[in-house]
Parts: sequence; C-alpha cells; structure tokens
Amino acid sequence: MSGNREIDQLSGVDTTGHEWDGIKELNNPLPRWWLWTLYLTIIWSIGYMVVYPAIPGLWGAEGATKGIWGWGSRADLRTQMTTVEQGRQAMNDKIATMDINAIMADPEARNFAVSAGASLFKVNCVQCHGSGAQGGPGYPNLNDDSWLWGGKPEQIVATLENGIRVAGNPDTRDSLMPAFGKDGLLEPEKINQAANYVRQLANLEHDAGLATAGATVFAENCASCHGEKGEGNQDLGAPQLNDAVWLYGDSLEAITTQVQTPRHGVMPAWKDKLGEGKVKALAAYVLSLGGGQ
Amino acid sequence: MRNGTSAIAVAVAAFLALLGAALGQDALFRIQAWIVFTVLALGAVFLFRRVSFGPAGAAALTGEQAAYNDDVIRWGVIATLFWGTAGLLVGVIAATQLAYPAFNIPPFLNFGRLRPLHTSAVIFAFGGNALIATSFYVVQRTCRARLFGGWLPSFVFWGYQLFIVLAATGYLLGITQGREYAEPEWYVDLWITVVWVAYLLVFLGTLVKRKEPHIYVANWFYLSFIVTIAMLHLVNNLAVPVSFLGVKSYSAFSGVQDALTQWWYGHNAVGFFLTAGFLGMRYYFVPKQANRPVYSYRLSIVHFWALIFMYIWAGPHHLHYTALPDWAQTLGMVFSVMLWMPSWGGMINGLMTLSGAWDKLRTDPVLRMMVMSIAFYGMSTFEGPLMSIKAVNGLSHYTDWTIGHVHSGALGWVGMVSFGAMYFLVPKLWNRKQLYSLRLVNWHFWLATLGIVVYAAVMWVSGIMQGLMWREYDGQGFLVYSFAETSAAMHPYYVMRILGGVLYLLGMLVMIYNVYKTIRGDVRAEVPMGAEAPALKPAE
Repeated sequence: MSGNREIDQLSGVDTTGHEWDGIKELNNPLPRWWLWTLYLTIIWSIGYMVVYPAIPGLWGAEGATKGIWGWGSRADLRTQMTTVEQGRQAMNDKIATMDINAIMADPEARNFAVSAGASLFKVNCVQCHGSGAQGGPGYPNLNDDSWLWGGKPEQIVATLENGIRVAGNPDTRDSLMPAFGKDGLLEPEKINQAANYVRQLANLEHDAGLATAGATVFAENCASCHGEKGEGNQDLGAPQLNDAVWLYGDSLEAITTQVQTPRHGVMPAWKDKLGEGKVKALAAYVLSLGGGQ
Repeated sequence: MRNGTSAIAVAVAAFLALLGAALGQDALFRIQAWIVFTVLALGAVFLFRRVSFGPAGAAALTGEQAAYNDDVIRWGVIATLFWGTAGLLVGVIAATQLAYPAFNIPPFLNFGRLRPLHTSAVIFAFGGNALIATSFYVVQRTCRARLFGGWLPSFVFWGYQLFIVLAATGYLLGITQGREYAEPEWYVDLWITVVWVAYLLVFLGTLVKRKEPHIYVANWFYLSFIVTIAMLHLVNNLAVPVSFLGVKSYSAFSGVQDALTQWWYGHNAVGFFLTAGFLGMRYYFVPKQANRPVYSYRLSIVHFWALIFMYIWAGPHHLHYTALPDWAQTLGMVFSVMLWMPSWGGMINGLMTLSGAWDKLRTDPVLRMMVMSIAFYGMSTFEGPLMSIKAVNGLSHYTDWTIGHVHSGALGWVGMVSFGAMYFLVPKLWNRKQLYSLRLVNWHFWLATLGIVVYAAVMWVSGIMQGLMWREYDGQGFLVYSFAETSAAMHPYYVMRILGGVLYLLGMLVMIYNVYKTIRGDVRAEVPMGAEAPALKPAE
C-alpha cells in the first residue's frame, strides 16, 4: 500500500496510498485546536461528574454518586418553591384578613393582590372570560361598567366566593328567567312584539308597530325583573336591556331565542377551590381592569 | 425461469395477507391487511408478466452493466424524490394547521396524525431511501464488487417501500404505539426487522466480496448506521401484542424506563440515521464532486470512533428536569458536550476536502449544495450540545427552538447532502453526460437555502420568546403569561414558518423537473454557471 503514496499537487501533503473509486486520502494530522477542544470538553465533563450526581452503583453506594456539591434536582425544586412561597407568605396572610376595600386602599396590598390575581386569572378564568377578560358570547366582559350581579368590590368578592347558580351552595348567586316560549307562557307573536320593544329600549332598529304592542307584553312579563325601562336588577342578576352590552347578542333572532329558551350562565364557587385570600386577589385584579363600580 | 420464484413468493405472501384481512381481530388490522394484500397482489401480477422461460443465463448482462447492480439504485433515487416531495408537502400542511387550526380535517387529516406522517416520511421514507440507494451505490464502487445476494437488494428496496406504505396508512388510520419516530405497531416493526436484516446481509456480503484491500470510511459510517439502527429498533419496540391478529400492543417497559428507552432510541435515530448514515454519504460524494482527496485519514478514524462511542449515551438529555434520576441526566449531558468535537470532525474533514478547490463553488451548484449541507451540519452539531446543557435546556425544552434545531439539521444537512448526492447520481445511473440544467440546480440551492434560513430563524425567535414568556415573573413573584398568550404571540412566526416550508418544497419541485428532463436525456441551452464573471485563476 505504502508503495502508492504520492504528494498531492495542490496542498503538498502526501497521501495515505489508499484509493477507492478515484478517492484518495491526505495524510494530514488531527487539527490541533480540534484535539485540544475535545480534551477540554472531556476534562470539563469529568469535573462536572465529580461535582454533580453522575455514576450509579459504585462501591455499593445507594443510587449513584451524589457529587461533591450535594446538588439534587428534587431538593433544588423544593428549595426554590419554598423560597417563593415563604416570600409571599406574609402578604398572603395580610390580604386574607383584610377587607377588599381596605386592600384597594393600601398601595402595597393592592400591588401584591393585583399581581397574584392576574396570575390566578390566567390559570382559572381565561377559559371563559378570555385572556384579556374581554369575555365572549355568554361570558361577561369584565373590563366594562356593566355588571350582572353588581360591580362594587364586595359584590365581586361575593360573586367569586360562591359562584353563580352553583347547585347545593346556599349563598350562590341564583335566579331563573322563565322559558316564555318553550313553556308556552307567551305566544310566538307576543314574544316577537316584546323582542321588538326590547330593541326599541336599546335604541336599535325595530318595527314601531310591534314595539308598541310589545310595551304591554314587556310591562306584564319582563319589567318585574328587568325594570320598567329595562334598566336591569343586579339583585336578581337580571341584565340591563337599554344599553349596548349584550351577553347573547342583540339581533332580533338572538333576543327572541333568549326569551323563548333562556340560557343561564354558571360560574364555580371559587372560595371552595382557591380559598378566601386568592378570591380577594382575583377581585383586586378584576377591579384593577377599571370596570368596577 | 427468471422472476418465477419471486413471483410465486410474492403471490403466497399476498394470500397470507388475505388471510390476515379475513381473520383480523379489529377493523384497523383488517384494513392494513387489505393494503398489504393489494400491494403484494399488484406486485405478483407485475412479476408474473415478467417471467421469462428462456434458458437460464441467456439474458446475462455483459461488461460494465454486469459489474454493478444499479437497477435497484435507480428505483431508490425515484423513491427518494417521490417520498421527499410527499413528506415536505405534508410538512407544509401540518405547519398550516398549526397556524390556522381550521385546516385540521378530522379524523384522518388531523395534525395529530399528519405530524408522524410528516416526520416518518421525511426521515424514514426520504432519508431512508436516500441512504439505501447511496449506500448500495457507494459500497459497490468503493469495494469494486457487485451487490451481494442476487434478488436480496431488490427485496430490501421493495420491502422497505411496503414498510413505508404500512406506516403511513397506519398513521392516517390512527394506529400508533405512541413512541416518537417509532410510531408503527408491532407487526410493522417485525416486518422492517426482516427487511433491515436483509439490508445488513447485502451490505456486509458486499464488503466481504470487496476487491479493495481496505474498507473506505464511507462504508464504516454506513455499516455503523445499519447495525446500530437494528439494535435501537429491536430494544425500543419490545412489546406484547394484545392479539396476533390485532394492531394494539403494550410496551415491555413502563414509567421512566420506558421514557428513557424511547429517547435512547429517539436520539440515536438522529445520531445514527441522520448523522452517521449521511456522513457516509458525505464521505463519498463530496470528494467525488470536488475531485479532491479526503483531508485527513487520521481525523476520519478518530472522529468516527469518537462519534459512535459518544452518541449512544446522549439520549437522556431529552429528559432533563423530569422523573429521570439526576445521574442519568448528568451522563446524557456530558456525553452530548463531549460529542461536539467528534461531530465537528466530520465537518472539518468535509470542508477541508475542498481546500484548493473552493473556486469550483462558483461554477458548480451541486458542490455548493454539499458545502451548504456541511455548514448546516456544523451549526446544528454545535447547537445540539449547547441545548443539552441543563441551564440552556431549561429555556429551550418543549419550545419551538427544538423544532428550529431539528429543521436546521434536517433541511440543511440531511436534505441538502441528499440533493447533492442525487444530482451526482442521476446522470451516472441513467448514463447521461450531464444534468439537464445546472442553473435549475442553482435555483434549487437558493430556494432551499432561503427556506431553511427563514424556517430556522423564525423558530429560534419564536422558541426563545416562548421559553422566556413561560418563565416571566413579575415583581411580586407571580407568573405573567398564560399559555394562550404565548400561543397568540407565536402566531406570526407560525405563518412565516409556512413560507419557509413552501420555499423548500418549491426547490424540491424544481429538482424533480430537472431530474425528469435529465433522465429523458434533454440538455437545456443555457449560459454556463459563472460565465458572466471574468474567469479567475485558481489560487496556487
């Protein structure tokens, strides 16, 4: 083989004398920087294995060598979580004992509660209310001034604590609009009249003749909860009808459907799931959005 | 009686598949059996029509043609291009589904089913066919021996295609054992084992028959790829079928052992399929195309053994900060870091092979493609060890950064080096003087390069942003972003990613056209590459 060695014209390096299908090999040494970098990574790796847990089953050691720094990912996680939790403990305790109005008045408590509430909101609330608390069809927007069950701080706390229409919770927000169409309480014609009247209340396009007839229907069937001028009633969770905020849509069809077969929104009772302190934090966050009353 | 035995064998196999279709315990198994039956029945008909009853040896080939078995390689080139296009197309569709979920068409064309279809199509169908075809070509040339085993190479090729069809249809039907890059169920695993052993026999047999005293470095890499993939495949797919006539099986491992086995396999599928195998390809086609000797024989030996020794330990870095014991995470990480230079040995030996021939890049877009592939190889094999470091991994893991990393390796390294090899092979295999058009190769080069750059850059930005958003704390120590907010922030990058994929796919289509015209024997009338610029003299 060595008999076929030759000098490569372009590089001046000799070949190994091998040849396969015209491919030859130069007899260059290993690049120095390559070799030294390889050694460095090996030395670094050995050092790392001395310092961190690395080798299993040595000298009857249980598990593996622990490493001279005694580091372990589980212990590390525990330490980090404990540090965070202890850092928050004082403020958590403070908030739990404070009234929501007091929290909002105390800059330090308010700051903490709003941060905590924002974080809780992203885990527990965005699924329905949206990541910007903007709501969606059937789910209220929490940024505006329109509130079904009241937008005062203590009202928001109460709604969060016991939820809406939570079965078996005596303190939950509860009310039920009758299914005027489905249960035959009103003829379709009258529902149509009432729906037109509701659109008139909200300054939306409507049939004037039907709306006039609808005024009577409304006064007899709807005003007791929604108010004579459709101003709503927060004690009953009856939505205001003479504004531009519509939970299920403002079209004639949407309003008619809601009168025929009403949908009733629900929300879990968060006190059971999160505890009082976190509920207050959530309320503080919602109030910080600017829509509270 | 040529083809007679194989025709009968395929017909018998088709009949067995029919039995499977009749006796299958579940609907999915029966569908898969019907697919096997259809494929085999068509194959049997095709083979019976080609049965020749002339005296044996009458059709024996003579001269150059008799020396090498290139028929199966020609099929391999076509299969590589076909599955490559299919895999890239499914990739573009899957990317579109991520950006616009409305493009999910349940149940067969959901992202969940198209994703393994895409990964398997590009890795195993495109990459696998490219490896089989080039390894058959390279081992014959560098051993000066015809492929060992008579009909065995054809069995390997067609058996492999059957595996691809079964795997692909299985994904669409929802058949999976839920192991990444090893999704096919037990019966497909058994079949590919048979095919793979045949592949090993063909390759080893040819090496044994060689007329060269030494084994060329490309063949070391090919052989390590074939042997290691066999070992990985066998261990990772150890499972107990619920019924021998049903699709479902349960893994022999459970819990974190199962996860570690899976990633021992998964990482080394990258290491031995996508790295070692394609380094084999690189070691033959780059010196041939550049017409230069390999830079360093010593480097090739040292980096080969270092690479295959270290790669096999690196899998646990896929399981940092999980239930995997700390010591195993440490080992996965340090072996990944030590792997940096052994991987770069392949890059150095490739790039330095061009020393004295860099001027050829101006006129030879095929060589340009190969050099770009080596550049991407170098970048991803630096990025890999970097991402395996636990502190970096804490940020990068589960984000799009990983996706970007994989694609810079897959599109940049695996794709480009395969394209280069195909452009080299096509004129030789179909006995044409030259490619139809070098300018079209140049178009392919730029479309593909631009596609990769867009794809990788976009995924880096999106992935690092995603990782930073996940760990963003406010002044009070509370997490700032919800998951939905991170997804919304990534949407623009998802849209740009589609663009990167489309560019790469377009390049592939240009290649198909160019190869088609080359096989037909056409030559495009065009200004030669580099002719506009004043001719430069090569450096002395």
